[in-house]
Amino acid sequence: MATTPPFTEEHEALRESARGFIERELAPHAEQWERDGWFPNDAFAKLAGQGLLGLKYAERYGGQGGDDLHAAVLAEELARVGSGGTAAGLGAHMWIATPPIDRFGTDEQKERYLPPAIRGERIGALAITEPGAGSDVASLTTRAERVDGGFVVNGEKTYITNGVRADFLVTAVRTRPEGGHHGISFLIVDRSDAVVSAPLAKLGWHASDTATVAYQDAFVPEENLLGDLDEGFKLIMANFQWERLVMALGAVGAMRLAWERTAAFARERRTFGRPLAGHQVIRHRLVDLATSVHTCRCVTYDALRRYAAGEEPVAEVTMAKLVTQRASFELMDACLQVHGGAGYMREYWVERAARDARLGPIGGGTDEIMREILGGVLGL
Amino acid sequence: MASSPETVIKPDFGQARKHFIFTDEHEQLRESIRSFVIKELRPHAEEWEETTFPDWVFQRMGELGFLGLDKPEEYGGQGGDYYTSLVLAEEIGHARCGGLAMGVAVQTDMAMPPILLLGTEEQKQQWAAPAIRGEKILCLGITEPDAGSDVSGIKTRAVRDGDEWVINGSKTYITNGHRADVIVLVTKTDPDAGYDGFTLFLVPMDSPGVIREKRLEKLGMHASDTALLAFQDVRVPDGAVLGQVGKGFYHIMWELQGERLIGAAGCVAGAQLCFDQTLQYAKERTAFGRAIGTFQVTRHKFAEMATKIESARQMTYTTAWRVQNGEYPVREISMAKLHAARVACEVADECIQIHGGAGYMKEYGVERVWRDMRLNRIGAGTDEVMLEVIGRSYGL
Repeated sequence: MATTPPFTEEHEALRESARGFIERELAPHAEQWERDGWFPNDAFAKLAGQGLLGLKYAERYGGQGGDDLHAAVLAEELARVGSGGTAAGLGAHMWIATPPIDRFGTDEQKERYLPPAIRGERIGALAITEPGAGSDVASLTTRAERVDGGFVVNGEKTYITNGVRADFLVTAVRTRPEGGHHGISFLIVDRSDAVVSAPLAKLGWHASDTATVAYQDAFVPEENLLGDLDEGFKLIMANFQWERLVMALGAVGAMRLAWERTAAFARERRTFGRPLAGHQVIRHRLVDLATSVHTCRCVTYDALRRYAAGEEPVAEVTMAKLVTQRASFELMDACLQVHGGAGYMREYWVERAARDARLGPIGGGTDEIMREILGGVLGL
Repeated sequence: MASSPETVIKPDFGQARKHFIFTDEHEQLRESIRSFVIKELRPHAEEWEETTFPDWVFQRMGELGFLGLDKPEEYGGQGGDYYTSLVLAEEIGHARCGGLAMGVAVQTDMAMPPILLLGTEEQKQQWAAPAIRGEKILCLGITEPDAGSDVSGIKTRAVRDGDEWVINGSKTYITNGHRADVIVLVTKTDPDAGYDGFTLFLVPMDSPGVIREKRLEKLGMHASDTALLAFQDVRVPDGAVLGQVGKGFYHIMWELQGERLIGAAGCVAGAQLCFDQTLQYAKERTAFGRAIGTFQVTRHKFAEMATKIESARQMTYTTAWRVQNGEYPVREISMAKLHAARVACEVADECIQIHGGAGYMKEYGVERVWRDMRLNRIGAGTDEVMLEVIGRSYGL
């Protein structure tokens, strides 16, 4: 099979083995984990055992020494777990909590945090959003006061993926009282009694322990300041590009899987004396959906290729995030409709896929924020 | 309303205007249903999402006369016009519990109308009168595991045996299926007669051979009990036939019209409530230094939603007016159902988006509206079935 740029045969080999592993080891448990509202920490260790938890990290930290494209392969294939919450929890650790440490951390911080994270022994979360500051990141109010030897953190974060299980939280805090983009810093906060989490019930992503996290006089030593003091906004912005690419890739993977399953259903299920796919309206709808999958894939791969080549493709990444998240949800909703009454039942996979996909136009920056960014990039 | 210099200068955005189909009596009824729903049902909505709503809801609503608003007085109904049932469908939305509204609608607007239209005096006394009092619970069995949109494809068989009928088959997605005392059951009595081979039966749910299989878990409507039912050699007397033998397909197509129009009313009301709640949120929640509702894009989202809801409301009310005036407007009912269901889903989805991360959380209740509303594009005939009905009505 021919490969699609930017991927090479080596990437496709990785894809095949990652997909096989996910379908064998993770997907069979998806149903149970969704019911439990929790996937076991063991899933991290299993991925680590396959060398999948540190694909793009240096070998000296236990990583595979690969690049963004290797990670991108896994990001796309993780959708095959069939549980948005599980993919999100694994992804939050791999794609958003540890990259800032890898990119902005000191050698000492990398030594301390990356190896156990790559082994799946210590799990990370990224904590930015607050009850009063979602899309409007700059208005966050969690405070870090300077004390002897470090900081004391007070405040509350919300919608934190891995928020309950995380051993360390890469946390955005205000280190200067004046508002705005400057005066935000990042601290790596280790779990302690002063960091209290409570899980949140959600529309979808049930296997994910999305949580509120309260910091109550949490002491953080000086050496856990990540990046420059008061310059944390740069760190947020840097990681957003990768996070949004990962979301686009996840959508592409999930859309492909959903299309394959729905097409199979439409070939089998009979109404009015013929298969569903034999009805012109259904056939055309499935064709439109296949076209949407292809469109999303092309847009995402283009942004990925640019990103991996070292460009700063803010417009392309933002467009990819915007178009794929809405398209993915619309595809899931259409697949649900094709399933009819069965689509509304828990017994089938599709109602869960629709619930999970609905987060896309909200998480990682809402559609509206994507459009604001693009407005700026396009000089409007 | 005639224009005057004053009204031209200052447009009237009043919320309290009533639609021409409603009288003051309807508005009083609306008030009394709403206050009952808010006082006695809504406080339990969260709990009932976990447990399904209890049977006493039927008894209580029966006591209050809400289960027979438009039903004949001789069976204990209130003898009101068709609009009174519309009022109930709208106001029960205040329970914020789609599954509850659906369970009640099955009783009042799905299973009961065929009994009252087609039933013998004995059948009406046996089932409709106690159902209006809330003492008996009704359900309706059309869909089967292998026959949903394609009603003519149902396989449940009723075979005559002396002066009895023997029924075998299965039904699925049956609302009230676990709690019901009787089911209005669609069966095939003559497999060779095409559309003339169907017959309705009133089958007591405690008949030997009626098996309530699993309780089905769903995307939404968690407060309602949805059943998979099996019928194994269930014997009923000749007197259990509802309507005419062989005319069941036409009977049930008639039933579906009422079900669809009342569903449209529920969609409009649900969308309006969700809109109201979100409007409040958008006025209070600030981001980037201002209320989010004052961003132009958000303001336009509300404008779009309000326009969609208004269009669905007008279609529903106008179609109800036709029904009240004795028409059988299948095309318009299908259009109202199609449009109102889509509008409700679009509005709920936009309301989630306006809430941002909060919209995805259970706590705010919008995600539940979204999950509940999604059924309306599937239940009582999918969008695609509505489009078929409308399309064919033009001779295509």
